[in-house]
Amino acid sequence: MESSFAGLAHGFEVALQWHNLMWCFAGVIVGNMVGVLPGMGVLSTISILLPLTFSMQPVAALLMLSGIYYGAQYGGAICSILLNLPCHPPHAVTCLDGYPMTKQGKGGVALGITMLAAMVGAAFGIGQMMVLAPYIASIAFKFGPQEICALMLLGLLAGSTLAKGSPIKGVSMTLFGILLSLAGTDINTGNERFTFGLLELSDGFELVAISLGLFGIAEFLKSVNSVAPTGVRAVKLGFRDLRPSAAELRQGLPPILRGTIIGSLCSLIPGTGPTIASFIAYAMEKKISRTPERFGYGAIEGVAAPEASTHSAVQGDFIPTMSLGIPGDAVMALLLGALMIHGIQPGPRLIVEQPDIFWGLIASFWIGNLILVFLNVPLIGIWVKLLMVPYRYLYPTALFFVCIGVFATRNEMFDVAATLGFGAFGYLLLQLGFEPAPILLGFVLGPRLEENFRRSLLLSRGDLATFIDRPISAVFIGFCVLLLLAQAFASYRKMRAPVRVPANAFE
Amino acid sequence: MNLHRDHIAGALIAAIGAFAVVMGQSYGFGGLHNIGSGFFPVVLGVGMILLGIAMAVWPQRSITGLVAHHKIGAPDWRAAAAITSGVALFILLANSAGLAPAIFACVFASALGTSRTSLKEALLLGLGVTVFGVLLFAYGLKVPFPIITGVLN
Repeated sequence: MESSFAGLAHGFEVALQWHNLMWCFAGVIVGNMVGVLPGMGVLSTISILLPLTFSMQPVAALLMLSGIYYGAQYGGAICSILLNLPCHPPHAVTCLDGYPMTKQGKGGVALGITMLAAMVGAAFGIGQMMVLAPYIASIAFKFGPQEICALMLLGLLAGSTLAKGSPIKGVSMTLFGILLSLAGTDINTGNERFTFGLLELSDGFELVAISLGLFGIAEFLKSVNSVAPTGVRAVKLGFRDLRPSAAELRQGLPPILRGTIIGSLCSLIPGTGPTIASFIAYAMEKKISRTPERFGYGAIEGVAAPEASTHSAVQGDFIPTMSLGIPGDAVMALLLGALMIHGIQPGPRLIVEQPDIFWGLIASFWIGNLILVFLNVPLIGIWVKLLMVPYRYLYPTALFFVCIGVFATRNEMFDVAATLGFGAFGYLLLQLGFEPAPILLGFVLGPRLEENFRRSLLLSRGDLATFIDRPISAVFIGFCVLLLLAQAFASYRKMRAPVRVPANAFE
Repeated sequence: MNLHRDHIAGALIAAIGAFAVVMGQSYGFGGLHNIGSGFFPVVLGVGMILLGIAMAVWPQRSITGLVAHHKIGAPDWRAAAAITSGVALFILLANSAGLAPAIFACVFASALGTSRTSLKEALLLGLGVTVFGVLLFAYGLKVPFPIITGVLN
């Protein structure tokens, strides 16, 4: 605890440095904006801005990229509540009760409660990270390659089976990601793998090319003719409209606290990020409510709980990433990739060896969330105007940024062509019902997985039993098996059960 | 019709897996005590083949019946052609003709990916982004291209 405060003090020194503060500000504002814009996701925005950060200091780069992630959560809520647009998946569920509140003229109150929920959720999430991350890292210090390997396996499995979509498809995407990460020169043997004689591939594929292909170009292809133009009218809101009454506060506070807890629990399991947290929180509120019939017609609990859970899950998401170097979802994989491009090795040593990064990041969370709470409302008007810019103007501009960004990564046109290839392939994957996000998990973790696997077997002289002989690694492997069994059982039950078609499905 | 999509998906994954196995064999498999470069490709490839088969044998069913996107959506050929040629033109023109033509061609071509955008709109958008892009990247960030080859360097 003592060291947490010393660390935090150091973090504020870092985060309050002029240029770090500026980049944090830029990140949360850009995030706030893309949270509002339909068709522009957090993943594609971070990918587009990633090449820009290569010339920056690693701390500033991370502060900005993270700012986009949590900044987007604030924008997403505005869109859901005021406009009934689920622009941003974690806030889709907020539409259900947020928009009815707007229609009743209580949109301001809904936003006020949302901001309170955001503050409580984020504060809890950040606090949890300050306490848990160093603790987890201190345990993980003692891990040998066997434990690291088993833990990565667990992280990859959880990340690909618990997220949305079919678990079989999720795992196959992860394997494909690992396969992609093998391309290039094998550091252990010097062999070239999957390079097809191309000199440009001897260092492997660029992270930026993959992420911009899959989350940039493939998304554009999917959205060009499917993002409907939004009929938006001007919205006027002042700080005064946001103030909930005492009764509304009393009604909203317990769901906020429950949502926060759900979010923080979800964030600790890889693969169950903010979106799942928000759905669980909403479902639970409805279940324990004495008046569940109010849900869907502007129940304040239906806004408070999911919003709090999203914000606490978003901050908690950073815990496994920063303490173990194991990302829980594609956004975190991208942030880890960004750190690695700056030559920083993620893992349990990061907190001790790079206190600037870890504590600077935490301090920037406090600052960034504070900025967002105050700027959110004055900016609403601007974002709503921006919504009137149709997507058909946005994507060609973004496409150009994709091209030049990928090129600038290492001044190589080959990478732009590779991005196009990944884009086309990603579009095919989307059409076939795959979720491409786990590819990024596999790609970022692949090289470390292979290296630690090799080292484990070298140490055990080729005995695979080493993974279950060591108690900690055996526990992780056990969790992997449990996870697989649970998934197999769930699919089996789903397969046996008759397909239920709701009565209103064809209306 | 429901089965269709996951059969193709499974075949795709299995094919990638088979490719990895074939390629991996030439890299040297090694032994458990000394893992070669081919070990991971082969193991991953076998895994993908199995998953591909599983996918095709047990196609995904919708839980609620509400989300039944199990048919392969018709590909958006217009968008695909526009965006592909946008990127391709950027690659071709940036080195040979310069940054400005490359930006313009990229934005103009990709903007035509939807029928809602008229030729005039695409033209204006292309010009606007070109001016902005040249100012930002050629003057601000110093991208190593001439602005227009032979005219403005």
